[in-house]
Amino acid sequence: MIALEHYIAVSSLLFSIGFLGVLFRKNTLVMYMCLELMLNACNLGLIAFSRFHGGMSGNLFVFFIITVAAAEVAVGLAIIVALFRKRQTVEVEELNALKD
Amino acid sequence: MTDIFFYIFSMLALACAFGVVFSRNTVNGAMFLIGTFLSMASLFVLLEAYFLAVIQVLVYAGAVMVLFLFIIMLLDVKETAARKANVYTWAASLIGFGILIVGVVAINSADSIKTQAETLPEAQGVSLKNFGYELFTTYLLPMQVTGFLLLIAMVGVIALSKRLDSQ
Repeated sequence: MIALEHYIAVSSLLFSIGFLGVLFRKNTLVMYMCLELMLNACNLGLIAFSRFHGGMSGNLFVFFIITVAAAEVAVGLAIIVALFRKRQTVEVEELNALKD
Repeated sequence: MTDIFFYIFSMLALACAFGVVFSRNTVNGAMFLIGTFLSMASLFVLLEAYFLAVIQVLVYAGAVMVLFLFIIMLLDVKETAARKANVYTWAASLIGFGILIVGVVAINSADSIKTQAETLPEAQGVSLKNFGYELFTTYLLPMQVTGFLLLIAMVGVIALSKRLDSQ
């Protein structure tokens, strides 16, 4: 019997892997994909909680998260394209105009 | 039987997630991400959230990843090495993992969850009718706000994509 703990373990592991990618990769597109992975890991946790609680609210929350994530991807990729047009790079270490 | 499926699909999701992080080629990473999304959709099916599984495949594995692949191929970024990790990166990762482990242990040791796991309640997320009813009664305002957010995102993307320096 698969209990809630199993799903939480998978969800947190996926979240950690996404976090690892955001911290240790320097390509903005890969970092963005890892962000999507983290959002999806949260979705899995929410659905598992909703299933084992017997309610509906977790599922609806995930529905809204997916909608917002779709909008976020569109805007984020447009920003990355605009940035690439301006600076000819997507490496985070070269995008340091605000730092110095 | 469902236990075996759970292990298969969670292993697949984790393996593909490692592929996203560690593959040098960005297109391969995007392909691995599609694999992760599909195996997570199967986990959603195991949790009896059929509608969300379909939405996951259509929106994430479909629309979002097509957008990602399009941008990856448009920009044609070269393969890159991993970032040189400095002290702050290591500190951030260690603190993050520590907090996550504390959270998972706290959740798993809570009494209210232990009692729920034995007697599994009836799944509510199965029927589409429930979904639509809840969306248009209890969650009517968030629904409309989300629609407005999509409109704003569309306008924002058009404004960002316009070539401003050519005028």
